[in-house]
Amino acid sequence: MAVDLTINGQSFSLDVDPEMPLLWALRDVAGLTGTKFGCGKALCGICNVNVDGQVVRSCVFPVAAAAGKNVTTIEGLSEDGNHPVQVAWRELNVPQCGYCQPGQIISAAALLERNPNPSDADIDNAMSGNLCRCGTYTRIRAAIHKAAEDQS
Amino acid sequence: MSDMERISRREFLQRTGKAGGGLVLAVTLTSGCQPSGQDAVDEASVAPNVYVNIRDDGAVEIYCHRSEMGQGIRTCLPQVIADEMEADWDRIELIQALGDEKYGDQNTDGSTSIRQQFDLLRTAGATAREMLVAAAAATWGVPASECEAREHAVHHATSGESAGFGELVAAAADVAVPEEVAFKSADDYRYIGKSIDLIDGFDMTTGQANYGIDTVLPDMLYASIERCPAVGGTIASLDDAAARAVAGVADVLQLPDATSPPVFNPLGGVAVLANNTWAAQKGREALEIEWDYGANAAYDSATYREALAETARAGGRSVLERGDVEAAFGEAATVHEAEYFAPHLSQAPMEPPAAAARMTDDGGCEVWACTQAPQSAQQTVAGVLGIDKSKVKVHVTLLGGGFGRKSKPDFVAEAAWLARETGRPVKVTWTREDDIRQGYLHSVSAQCLKAALDADGNTTAWQQCTVFPSIGSTFDAAATGPNAMELGLGMTDNPYAVPNMRLEAGDAKAHLRIGWLRSVCNVYHAFANCSFADELAYLAGADPKDYLLQLLGPARLVDPGEDGAEYANYAQGLDTHPIDTGRIAAVVEKVADMAGWGRVLPDGHGLGIAVHRSFLSTVGTVAEVSVDDAGKLVVHELWTAIDAGLVVNPDRVISQMEGAGIFGMSLALHGELTAKNGAVVEGNFDTYPIVRMNEAPAAINVHIMEVDAPPGGVGEPGVPPVAPAIVNAYFAASGNRIRELPLRNSGLA
Repeated sequence: MAVDLTINGQSFSLDVDPEMPLLWALRDVAGLTGTKFGCGKALCGICNVNVDGQVVRSCVFPVAAAAGKNVTTIEGLSEDGNHPVQVAWRELNVPQCGYCQPGQIISAAALLERNPNPSDADIDNAMSGNLCRCGTYTRIRAAIHKAAEDQS
Repeated sequence: MSDMERISRREFLQRTGKAGGGLVLAVTLTSGCQPSGQDAVDEASVAPNVYVNIRDDGAVEIYCHRSEMGQGIRTCLPQVIADEMEADWDRIELIQALGDEKYGDQNTDGSTSIRQQFDLLRTAGATAREMLVAAAAATWGVPASECEAREHAVHHATSGESAGFGELVAAAADVAVPEEVAFKSADDYRYIGKSIDLIDGFDMTTGQANYGIDTVLPDMLYASIERCPAVGGTIASLDDAAARAVAGVADVLQLPDATSPPVFNPLGGVAVLANNTWAAQKGREALEIEWDYGANAAYDSATYREALAETARAGGRSVLERGDVEAAFGEAATVHEAEYFAPHLSQAPMEPPAAAARMTDDGGCEVWACTQAPQSAQQTVAGVLGIDKSKVKVHVTLLGGGFGRKSKPDFVAEAAWLARETGRPVKVTWTREDDIRQGYLHSVSAQCLKAALDADGNTTAWQQCTVFPSIGSTFDAAATGPNAMELGLGMTDNPYAVPNMRLEAGDAKAHLRIGWLRSVCNVYHAFANCSFADELAYLAGADPKDYLLQLLGPARLVDPGEDGAEYANYAQGLDTHPIDTGRIAAVVEKVADMAGWGRVLPDGHGLGIAVHRSFLSTVGTVAEVSVDDAGKLVVHELWTAIDAGLVVNPDRVISQMEGAGIFGMSLALHGELTAKNGAVVEGNFDTYPIVRMNEAPAAINVHIMEVDAPPGGVGEPGVPPVAPAIVNAYFAASGNRIRELPLRNSGLA
């Protein structure tokens, strides 16, 4: 069965089992590997993508639920890689291994969308679903504040 | 050139002091009069050695032979080479090297890349620079000593001649590789010591960075493997009909059984291969397998813990002896004993083990893997396939974290074996449960400590017995206990100036695969040592920081060999990398100062301090904690000072200390794996939690000590002092002493 959806502004018709998690449809079928696998149980936030303005855990989100919707992944967050969050991430050299950062950046961009000037507590609330084993949390907080300043 | 330090080949060999270093030099710099290096050097470039290739368009290709897993080596390695060769940073093209012995030691573990290879990398850069200078001098007919390489060009001041590196490529091809090279003076460093931005920063923030799990090959099958829950178990019966019926499943294959010892070989099991990962996982869930759990079927971690503690209480073989501890205990005003325990842990890198492989037309195999050890991967794949390792090509991807897990290439060999059996490219992706349950676990440990204090509160005797199953068991089925290498990780290198000391090791048999985890045995040794030192301070009625300095004693160089220990000092010399209690004390003073040690704290808050030398660097940590209304521990702030000698990229050192703070908090607060009936119980981040942002301190403050000394390790040494600093802070806040990890078992997390 084909699932029709828009990914990063481009139309896709994916011939997949509708129950397949969006994560694997993106990675193995659509060929977009920027969204990563971390736990498979909605516990770590690494696979976060944006579906019609909402951040979802793509590892447990059936691809059929994204039918007819707009999916934004890390590859499509900005045209040139210069979303304020991406720029701030680079200016503060946030990544260590970098593997969790696509999910972190998707979550951070959504946070700033609804709250352009978040406090530390707001950031902790919004970002505590995103695990980072390298331990970049203090820099992520600082980078979100920086992105908020830069876009204001 | 007079202020340059000339280094000859012989000296270089002596300095590196390791077969690996010597091998590299032999390979890279003894190619007679013709430059050698990369296999396929085209005529428009020159490769002075295997790490550098200069193209005639002026681009400098630098080969990174170490794996990037978050420590920043893909930025720091070219920093060193480019600096020595006076190459312009913007004209560097970084190429990730294949696994190949021509690069020497590629194992990215033990925090070794800079501490062991700084001179190697400098030599690689300096060789290139001197050849370009010689080429320019020959072209202009002037003495090389009058020429200078600067900013990607060679200059001759007298004649005003100047030529870019690219212009000199053709002439450099005729220049002999120099017998000896000169290093730049540290005053002239352009990149070394500078916080250069991450070379992969753009890719990592835009989804373009490629990890092992991201490899896609034409016609590739996706595999998920069900392995026996107990190490060494075998398949009693298999019904794969339901699995084969899952849409997308292409094949089901039984892997060869696990080996004993396990080494880096696959664990066996049943692989489901499909046209996408999800179908493979669904097929795997549909497998009906009965296992024979084998020799480790009865392993129960709770029972085992008691056995470890019993062994520690009974005492073990002596591994270091100084003075007469028995006499000191007899004369003591106070004798204090304590038992410490720390559990099994999983490295749990956010990218689980993953690798892709395909067979090549010549009967070889090509793999793409997030491996810390490309040459081990090459060997293991060759062994499993029964082919020569020269026929195995290992592409190293970025690693989504490593922490020691990806030093073991079992998952790479799984992919290779399946590629051969199916005749198609195969990618193996471990699930999180596979990773947490069936990896190479950090060892469980029990320790007994006993100290004597005189009437003035001085510690006059220190006795400690450590018991844990050895990493050696992964390579030798007969290994029964700690080996000298492991004991050198925070046990026999005890720096305390206690006149009577006896250190012992007790045997323990392994029932799971045991492996390295970031800072390895230093985790539990530092936890016990730094906590027990804090206990003694309170017994003596002293301030913990003052007492720590008293234990460290006068500034001196400690040689554990003088007290009978077999001590390797992380495979580097005590002459270049001493156990210098003066430097350790300076770290204590600095970190205490940073934290405002002694200041008036808010009600219910406590400060704790710990210092530990590992991987040839010393890290001191202070934690400020309190207990919230729900009875949970809150870590408000961490302060860290590190003496790592010379530092290549300060920001990467700071980031490693920040990360080590969080990694250390995770194991202090939450980390524990248990086992029942031979199988690990925990399986994902719900049962094996790691610290989340809402638990992260408000700040992790880092200071890098300015010390004129060769580089020490950076990736690991930040971890060991974190847990004891937190436990000591909790004692300061509450008066309760916790002697076992994780703190959640004491209701604190």
